Amino acid sequence: MTERLLDVRSLRVAFETEQGTVRALFGVSFSVAPGETVGLVGESGCGKTVTALSILRLLPSPPSKVEGGEILLRGENLLPLPEKRMCDVRGKAISMIFQEPMSSLNPVLTVGEQVAEVFTAHGVCGKREAAERAVAWLRKVRMPDASLRAREYPHQMSGGMRQRAMIAMALALSPSLVIADEPTTALDVTIQAQIMALLQEMREQERMAVLLITHDLGVVHDFADRTAIMYLGRIVEIAPTRDLFADPIHPYTQGLLASLPGKQPGMKRLPSIPGTVPDLSAVPPGCPFADRCPFRQAAFARFRSGEAPADSLEICDREDPPLFEYAPGHLAACHYQRAARGEAR
Amino acid sequence: MTAHSIFRETLRRLARNPLAMAGGAVILFFFVLALFPSVFSGHDPNRIDILKILASPSESHPLGTDDLGRDVLARMVHGARISLSVGFVAESIAIGIGLVIGLLAGYYGGRVDSVLMRFVDIMLCFPTFFLILAVIAFIGPSIWNIMFIIGVTGWMGVARLVRAETLSLKERDFISAARAQGAGTGRIMFRHILPNTLAPILVAATLGVAGAILVESGLSFLGIGVQPPTPSWGNILTAGKDNIEFAWWLSLYPGLAIFLTVLGYNLLGEGIRDAVDPRLKGR
Repeated sequence: MTERLLDVRSLRVAFETEQGTVRALFGVSFSVAPGETVGLVGESGCGKTVTALSILRLLPSPPSKVEGGEILLRGENLLPLPEKRMCDVRGKAISMIFQEPMSSLNPVLTVGEQVAEVFTAHGVCGKREAAERAVAWLRKVRMPDASLRAREYPHQMSGGMRQRAMIAMALALSPSLVIADEPTTALDVTIQAQIMALLQEMREQERMAVLLITHDLGVVHDFADRTAIMYLGRIVEIAPTRDLFADPIHPYTQGLLASLPGKQPGMKRLPSIPGTVPDLSAVPPGCPFADRCPFRQAAFARFRSGEAPADSLEICDREDPPLFEYAPGHLAACHYQRAARGEAR
Repeated sequence: MTAHSIFRETLRRLARNPLAMAGGAVILFFFVLALFPSVFSGHDPNRIDILKILASPSESHPLGTDDLGRDVLARMVHGARISLSVGFVAESIAIGIGLVIGLLAGYYGGRVDSVLMRFVDIMLCFPTFFLILAVIAFIGPSIWNIMFIIGVTGWMGVARLVRAETLSLKERDFISAARAQGAGTGRIMFRHILPNTLAPILVAATLGVAGAILVESGLSFLGIGVQPPTPSWGNILTAGKDNIEFAWWLSLYPGLAIFLTVLGYNLLGEGIRDAVDPRLKGR
């Protein structure tokens, strides 16, 4: 990765609550190259959306607080920028597609007005031209009867059409990065495929980079150049998508891939990852995955049977594993794997 | 579905409410009077006729004359313009102030909210009518002063309403979405939040106009409102009070007009409230 459009460096975000500080991101680092699609995968509450909102500085503060790290857009750190400059960045350089097309459009403004507003808010052109451009964009995202639909309100449209309108809004100023936060979660399956195909097409046309946030491994497999797996506010593995699916290193990634349907023909029950995600307000020290980790359980069994010394377990409970590069561009954070195959390289 | 269908649906439900429609009809009637006073009475409302002092209703003076021999019908229809416009302008001022204060308090929250809402509490502590009396005593009674002072003492309800709406609206997804497209604070407040608060404000405004008309009538009745010879329903009543033993028409008609207008606004306001309330949709 020589050229970096977006470079997030050890981003740490916490929320001040009445019960005390809850950390949401524990040093998240990744980068997005121009034109690249990076998938960000993880289960609910692992910090995907917090990461996305932090990049655009949309998290309400208080209660949220960026405790450290940098978010570099073409080398410029976004975190200390004054709010006014940030408004220029939003929509123009980085924009976002939200999860719920039902609630992310303003019910009292027509869809055309909302797309046109992107132009007028950034002072790109006057009202009349903005309205024309909005219709052109709606046509581009293949909104049926675009000029007619532009005069309608969101509640008069289907979910798929609203998401098309959302995409038109997000792409209107041809930003170099679009953050798509679960763009298809709220849609039914056939519409999902259409919307993803549209996103893909737009990405190629506009040559923009996409940060695709999802919990659907199938979607990242088909669309992402690189994929990052998040667990409990950290990136535990990041790799070119093909490598990640071919050779997952982190036990969590392995567990996720193993639980995909269709991987083990003839198997009645899908395998799952035992245990639950620790509470974010009381994260134990050491590796966040240690409690559920099959490697650690195996090591523990070996220790009990006397095969291994006690200190072989210690590091998982004591130290949060850093990311380690196993193959070019393939990083994972696991003490066990590093000992097993990392040092040999 | 066609465009504006929410609005149409609301209108349709309003149209099916007979009380609201009756209220609307009464208001419409007085508005027509106020717009074309000379059509309804050929008399000059300020022409004194000492030969016809306190004349009872007759063909040439359908509602009789007052203690200076002026035609009561003429004064009523010209007074309608004053009374209705005071209600309108005063409430517009109140809504303007209430909107801005409510939006700021709800949007910024925290200390801004506390300060503004305590200010609202303070304003609500004053007995409004007496505050108006005191202020009018200072700045002098004129129709513009009255509109202004009724407006600046009547915005607190609107402010609270807008604040409450803003508090919930600002957490909605479409506000984050608008921010993500680069909309600044002003745009978020006035273009995205404000239009979403208009339905409850419309209800408050309709009821507020009724209140403002009552206050104006009260002030004029006490002689510190609209100054004679300019007619207003309130000061026609004043003349009626002194002659109630000999000239019942001088009290009855302006009283009836005030009563009907306020009732009309209240019925219409409540009708709108029911029509915009989604919980009553099935009706």
